[in-house]
Amino acid sequence: MSTTSAPAETTPLTNQAEIDALAHPKRSPKYLVGLIASYVGMALIVLYCIIPFYWMVVSSLRQPSEGQSTEFIPSPISVENFKAVFSPQNNFGRSLINSLIVAGTTTILTLLFGIIAAYALARLRFTGKGAVLWIIMACSMFPLIILIPPLLKMFSSTEPFTWFPYWVNTYQAVILPSLSFGLPLAVWNLTAFFKQLPNELEQAAMVDGCTPGVAFRKVILPLAAPGVFTTAIIVFIGAWNEFLVALTFLQAPEKQTATVAISKFTGTSGFDTPYGTIMAAGVIVTVPLLIAVLLFQRRIVAGLTAGGVK
Amino acid sequence: MATATAEARNVPAVTADGHKHKKNALSDGQGRLAWMLLAPTLLVIIAVAGIPVLMSIRESFFQTNAGVDPNTGLIQGGETFVGLKNFTDIFRGANPVEGTWGSMDRFWNAFLNTTMITIVCVLLETVLGVIMALIMAKAFRGRGVVRAGILVPWAIPTIVSALMWKLIFDSSGVMNRILGREILWLADTGASFWAIVIADVWKTAPFIGLLTLAGLQTIPAEVYEAAKVDGASTWQQFQRITLPMVRPTLVVAVLFRTLDTLRMFDLPYGMIGPGKYHVETLSIFAYQEATQSRYGPAAAYAIILFIYVLLIAFLFVRLLGADVIGDSAPPKTKKKRRGKDDQAQTAEVPALEAMGGAH
Repeated sequence: MSTTSAPAETTPLTNQAEIDALAHPKRSPKYLVGLIASYVGMALIVLYCIIPFYWMVVSSLRQPSEGQSTEFIPSPISVENFKAVFSPQNNFGRSLINSLIVAGTTTILTLLFGIIAAYALARLRFTGKGAVLWIIMACSMFPLIILIPPLLKMFSSTEPFTWFPYWVNTYQAVILPSLSFGLPLAVWNLTAFFKQLPNELEQAAMVDGCTPGVAFRKVILPLAAPGVFTTAIIVFIGAWNEFLVALTFLQAPEKQTATVAISKFTGTSGFDTPYGTIMAAGVIVTVPLLIAVLLFQRRIVAGLTAGGVK
Repeated sequence: MATATAEARNVPAVTADGHKHKKNALSDGQGRLAWMLLAPTLLVIIAVAGIPVLMSIRESFFQTNAGVDPNTGLIQGGETFVGLKNFTDIFRGANPVEGTWGSMDRFWNAFLNTTMITIVCVLLETVLGVIMALIMAKAFRGRGVVRAGILVPWAIPTIVSALMWKLIFDSSGVMNRILGREILWLADTGASFWAIVIADVWKTAPFIGLLTLAGLQTIPAEVYEAAKVDGASTWQQFQRITLPMVRPTLVVAVLFRTLDTLRMFDLPYGMIGPGKYHVETLSIFAYQEATQSRYGPAAAYAIILFIYVLLIAFLFVRLLGADVIGDSAPPKTKKKRRGKDDQAQTAEVPALEAMGGAH
């Protein structure tokens, strides 16, 4: 799939001059209009995506007293909101660490289980594979809310579950339900990546005397590294952005994840919604993800083109 | 090959020889190994999804006792088996609320909200997403910049984007300034519905665009050249080539968006707030019930939502031929029958990518 566009771009290089000569007379006004239209269209798409985010950034850079100002450029620019985010009452620094713990653990567990399962699904022949795929698929489809009533009852040790330890305000209360969407996602993603690697790689390794296990570890895993990395980022972002489960089970301020903390911000100044502080917190939570996504963008291209024998 | 065969007899081999062969010595031992490798994942899925779903089903037949026991004078604990009461109660209309669709039971209000938000959002997202993909496919340069820009809405946590739009839609906010009107978007009015739709479309249309672009790029240029030679107009090319060939990708993307929108929680909760009947979805209603210790009804509503989601997924697979599990499924005759435009490979990647956008 990835290769379809590549030949179209590389082959013309062989006789570039000729192509130019042939292509040039055809550059009619119609062609120019099309070119301009496509640039205008692309600019519109980017503006569409960026402007609301721009508003968030701008609003975070206002003075706290001007939270709801509608000026398009803040004047004067102020970082007071960012300072307010980390004021002790908000516990925001703590909540960032909590988010990191929850999302990080979810990602690691997901990859541990997901990699071996995906390898089996991508490479081995066995009866019941279709059923397994459907189970994993179904698992990614069901609404998370269905977990909430029984788990809330269980984790808070109410009546029939008095034997169960009190798990409200613990990390595992969020990590375990998060696996229910992280794991299918990881298995699915990794299966696709393993499938892209040609069988011949392992066969060659085994002809050279590797056991299947060693062939997997030394040949397949390094080649699938971009895929594993991409999967890790997608799962991490999913777990980092998770809100419903964290909102239900993490009620104590010192245990809240960042998404929950933001939704409960009261700010430093009285009764009004402290928009400036909330937007600043939003920027802080989002920017690492955006950086990761830009890297992930390169990785996925690398993952698609890394093919060894292909 | 001889070594591989020898190994296959001793250890269950991972020689992974081909999908084309029928049963042979190489693949016969793989079943046990495969199940061993799958066991941890399946056990985790059973533990974190299977068992809670079963518990939820059990829960939906019970109601938590409330109030004071008349005999002992103590606050009652525990729960009572009530059969299907939690399900039949939704038809009693005991809890009428005033929402976008007039006065009706709170459950049906939430159900209608969920359905209408899903229909409107997914329709708009699909149209916008396809337009974006077509523009990006036409582009010669700068595709990387657009792709990076398009991932911005996707990467922002939904709850953060909810609060962001809350500021934009504030009664003295920038949206009203641009429109030059005084619309009370956040005050649980009919406008709140559209505020939710706008915020959701903003966040997810680019993602559909990205997936559709991936599908578009698998269409060979020769097909369009041939169509041009035959004198097909741009619209005809779109209708006869682009749409049919991008369809498998698009159907899967739309399916995942639909399922995701049906369970919407963060956006209305963060933007308008809980207990706002114009935008209350089934997820929010069930959450509200659960946090007020009304576990039975909460579980019942969640199960109804689950069945609803399954039904929609089933319809997509049956009627539109959504190839959700790609080419990994064993070739079933049933599947082959409608696999005329079978793009197993192209459909598979979007399936997983679409899941990436799911949460």
